[in-house]
Amino acid sequence: MFDDRSPIYQQIADGIKNDIVSGVLGEEEQVMSTNQYAAFYRINPATAAKGFQLLTDEGILYKKRGIGMFVSPQAKGMLLEQRRARFFEEVVDKMAAEAKVIGIPVMDIVKRLEQLNGGEEQ
Amino acid sequence: MTITIEVSRLGLLYDKSAKALDDVTFRLEGGKIYGLLGRNGSGKTSLLSILASFQQQTSGEVRIDGEAPYENERIVNQVCFIQENGYLSESFKVRDVIKLASDCWPNWDADYADRLLNQFELPAKKQIMALSRGMKSALGVTIGLASRAPITIFDEAYLGMDAPSRYYFYEELLKDYMEHPRTIILSTHLIEEVSDLFEEVLILDKGKLVLQEEADKLRSRGSAIIGPADAVDQFAEGLTILSEQKLGGTKSITVFGELGAEREKRATADGLTIGPVSLQDLFVHLTRKGIGSDERKHG
Repeated sequence: MFDDRSPIYQQIADGIKNDIVSGVLGEEEQVMSTNQYAAFYRINPATAAKGFQLLTDEGILYKKRGIGMFVSPQAKGMLLEQRRARFFEEVVDKMAAEAKVIGIPVMDIVKRLEQLNGGEEQ
Repeated sequence: MTITIEVSRLGLLYDKSAKALDDVTFRLEGGKIYGLLGRNGSGKTSLLSILASFQQQTSGEVRIDGEAPYENERIVNQVCFIQENGYLSESFKVRDVIKLASDCWPNWDADYADRLLNQFELPAKKQIMALSRGMKSALGVTIGLASRAPITIFDEAYLGMDAPSRYYFYEELLKDYMEHPRTIILSTHLIEEVSDLFEEVLILDKGKLVLQEEADKLRSRGSAIIGPADAVDQFAEGLTILSEQKLGGTKSITVFGELGAEREKRATADGLTIGPVSLQDLFVHLTRKGIGSDERKHG
């Protein structure tokens, strides 16, 4: 179920973040409980709770006492901002390095991006 | 309803020279799922049978809910100890064993026991001697789960079951634990399947406690590093190396201990790949040559 590259609780947190960014989980929407997560992934509930703790610490989720965990109104905006900040370092720089190694000229990449972008705008 | 288990300087001698348990000290807060890991003959069963009052230690102390458990009526029916080839009387029928168990444990849930028997396809009328190894194991785990004992111990109890039955057991264990929180101890040397169920892990080796740690924390303390041999050697300076392998100019090592953000950053710059290590692998490395004994940690 998990890719084993990062701790399970980190993967749970990342999964929820992805759902928020893509809109599967909306603002003020309730998230499944730690027990539901634990049963679904067959993991200790304390591990699932740790993933939730990460998200509450970051202000992505908040707790309504006795009801459960909910998506913060500012969550999506925060996550988008974080991802934009990392985009050039993590995506573009890596791509540029790989292109250099295998000998793809920068202009080819630019052309491709323009093509893709043009397709989207039509 | 959580009960604390305190074990202090526990020792068990087989005869005058052979130590089954040697100066074992730890504390279990209770209400968690614990993994007790150790190779065959490491002392797991000795330790658990003392906790369950099946035998008495030669030295040291055990306190369950503040009291010594041995021949202590108040404690004995708080602890349910399930072993792979238990203590079941061969001529008994499944029904008799269930009846006996229901008398033993005050929190026994008869409906739940019936549901589990049904799921495991265990006929109530069958004699124990007519059951396969897998069915005996299934009867054992049925008793363990339905006992709802505040301390429930499964000593490799599920190893005889086939994969679908084992997975059913893991799911039931987790579900029932969440509905009725209690202390559960799973002892095993086959870790992969169950490691995600543990909240805390204890590792025994040659009768000694190698470590006790939160499972997630333990996992984060192991890393696998792969890259050019020189760079890997430089990186590993000052770290506890659990294993190393070389393939041409490439070297791969498993290290134990926090790496720290600085070191991780340097690794990426040096062209090294850092990956996680499974609990199973950590366990194998930590108990192979007694490397872990320097890392000994109590509670």
